[in-house]
Amino acid sequence: MQLTKWAMASTALLVLAGAAQAEISGGVVKIGVLNDRSGLYADLSGEGSVVAARMAVEDFAGGLDVEVLSADHQNKPDVGSSVARQWIDQEGVDVIVDVPTSSVALAVQQVTSDTDTAFLNSGAATTALTNDQCAPTFVHWTYDTYALSVGTGKAVVEGGGDTWFFLTADYAFGHQLQADTAAVVEANGGKVLGSVNHPLSTTDFSSFLLQAQASGAKVIGLANAGGDTTNAIKQANSFGIVQSGQQLAALLGFITDVNALGLDVAQGLTLTTGFYWDRDDASRAFAERFAEKMNGQMPTMVHAGVYSAVAHYLKAVAEIDDDGGKAAVDQMKTMPINDFFATDGKIRPDGRMVHDMYLVKVKSPAESKGPWDYYTILATIPGDEAFKPLAESTCSLVAN
Amino acid sequence: MSGPTTQSADAPTRRLAGLLIAGAGLAVLVVAPFTGLYTVFLMKLMCFALFACAFNLMLGYVGLLSFGHAAFFGMAAYATGHVVKEWGFDPFLGILAGAAVAGAMGLVFGAIAIRQKGIYFAMITLALAQMVYFFCLQVKFTHGEDGIQGIPRGMLFGLVDLRDSLNMYFFVAAIFVVGYAIIYRTVHSPFGQALKGIRENEPRMISLGYPVARIKVMAFTISAALAGLAGATKSIVFQAATLTDVHWHMSGEVVLMTLIGGMGTMFGPVVGAGVIVALQNYLATIGSWVTVVMGVIFVVCVLTFRRGIVGEILARLPHRR
Repeated sequence: MQLTKWAMASTALLVLAGAAQAEISGGVVKIGVLNDRSGLYADLSGEGSVVAARMAVEDFAGGLDVEVLSADHQNKPDVGSSVARQWIDQEGVDVIVDVPTSSVALAVQQVTSDTDTAFLNSGAATTALTNDQCAPTFVHWTYDTYALSVGTGKAVVEGGGDTWFFLTADYAFGHQLQADTAAVVEANGGKVLGSVNHPLSTTDFSSFLLQAQASGAKVIGLANAGGDTTNAIKQANSFGIVQSGQQLAALLGFITDVNALGLDVAQGLTLTTGFYWDRDDASRAFAERFAEKMNGQMPTMVHAGVYSAVAHYLKAVAEIDDDGGKAAVDQMKTMPINDFFATDGKIRPDGRMVHDMYLVKVKSPAESKGPWDYYTILATIPGDEAFKPLAESTCSLVAN
Repeated sequence: MSGPTTQSADAPTRRLAGLLIAGAGLAVLVVAPFTGLYTVFLMKLMCFALFACAFNLMLGYVGLLSFGHAAFFGMAAYATGHVVKEWGFDPFLGILAGAAVAGAMGLVFGAIAIRQKGIYFAMITLALAQMVYFFCLQVKFTHGEDGIQGIPRGMLFGLVDLRDSLNMYFFVAAIFVVGYAIIYRTVHSPFGQALKGIRENEPRMISLGYPVARIKVMAFTISAALAGLAGATKSIVFQAATLTDVHWHMSGEVVLMTLIGGMGTMFGPVVGAGVIVALQNYLATIGSWVTVVMGVIFVVCVLTFRRGIVGEILARLPHRR
């Protein structure tokens, strides 16, 4: 009799233990921060995103056991997907965050959706992630090419820049950004005169800039990012392109780019951003904490997005006590997002996190009161206008 | 490293030893995935080992340093990726198609480059490979910087599900064994003897009446096709074909693997590939410093054991020479 009791009790225990393991895999929530740690996007994502993820863990881990890993994907899709696969297979990583460089993000998307791993993207821009290649395990947090083109494209055309020539980074992101912006320009009565593609991580833009100059367009749209954008702007400056009457439109500019260029060169640029540190008390509080850990560097929108996404993910996982990719993301979709990054943000069925975007103008050196005081906010673009309407989504998860 | 004359002496014992080594190698291949080693890592290792062996056929046995083998490796990866993903080929047929494309390229490149020797040969192959790189960067079907992503592993012959990593492992192992056997057979045939003859003294081979140019082009084609076989297999394993595979870094890496392992030995490139792939894998966390570490290893290798790991071991074995 005694024996059967023991047997039953231990079986029950085993079942319970088994059930508990099925909830939080391995008893630990492992967060993998995968981004560019050495190349042209290292400043805007890189170590800062790891710091932001750790801050979110400090604030929201609660009773969960959480671990943060990081790796460099070198902006190569094959490196990114093999790191992601190895993390998931060997380390038991439950969620992959950040992943700038659209081509790498698309490759990682394949891996995470195959393995039921959550993927919270802050750094990449292509809208393909929430359209043709959307996945139930995916959330696109910070911005995308559509939001950038709606903000900057519209503002520039309305300011009189109605003929455009594009300088485009030759990969998924650049092409998408150019296409989205061209659509906005044309919808607002502008005209696209031409475009030229340049390889990712270009150092010499002279031939591309000369083509842009020869086109006679009023606006040269830079459909690139990070080091490519700053290089293009610097070289355009030394060619005297702006002085001779053509306007540069950096379609994706981060505050680290402005910092790298200096206000002398960058002043007057119109940018669209998902976050500016000096917007309100909450954003300033976050930025100051961040800067303390990053030698005074202020967070980019990618860093802020990583914090916000990880915090929201941890809340959702704590709520359902399950770190399966689809389960966690489904739970995240039911909860509104209210923090320094987003007010009443919501995650749509296609994985797009909808929040307000800001149209900003870079200050002149005279206007700037101190280090990192770079932007004047011109307008707030409400989330529903900033992002592509759900009705137009080509995502298979959306019932259209 | 055995010359043609030493083979007759104790052929039966040598044959037995050879069979034993082959058997042990096969056993390791079969057991490896069950030792807890990561299967994707093992598959990557085999792909690069085959690539290095194919490269070694040119460098070690003909004495010609090709600095453009990434072109065959990468182009085959693209070809396989394209036919499997867009045209719905069976993975096996896709890999054969990739190897065939690489072989055809090898024939053309070989015919052009083979007229020169030494540094000129290396430069011509590098130039041709760079042309291939820029071709891949520009044409539509390679998708530029994005590469071909999400290549389905699919069902082998419609029967075996390759999404299962163990099935995939044995598929790759089979390809590796076949590729290795082809190289072994090539090297240990009269054709292989002719290759070594060309390496040692080309004018003498010409005077003996060997069609040297044709033999070299043939060797180059075989080498290219097998490099392609490796690249094609890699594209199925990683489900992606990208610019990394055609970049000249890849050509450099395979030279490094072959030299560290021991050029002109059958097993050296395998060891070299193992060392380099393991380094890349386990040092991945230090990012771009991997290149520095590999550079240091290369310098040490060239300064202290110039014959490579396997070459050095073979040279010190008592019963040889």
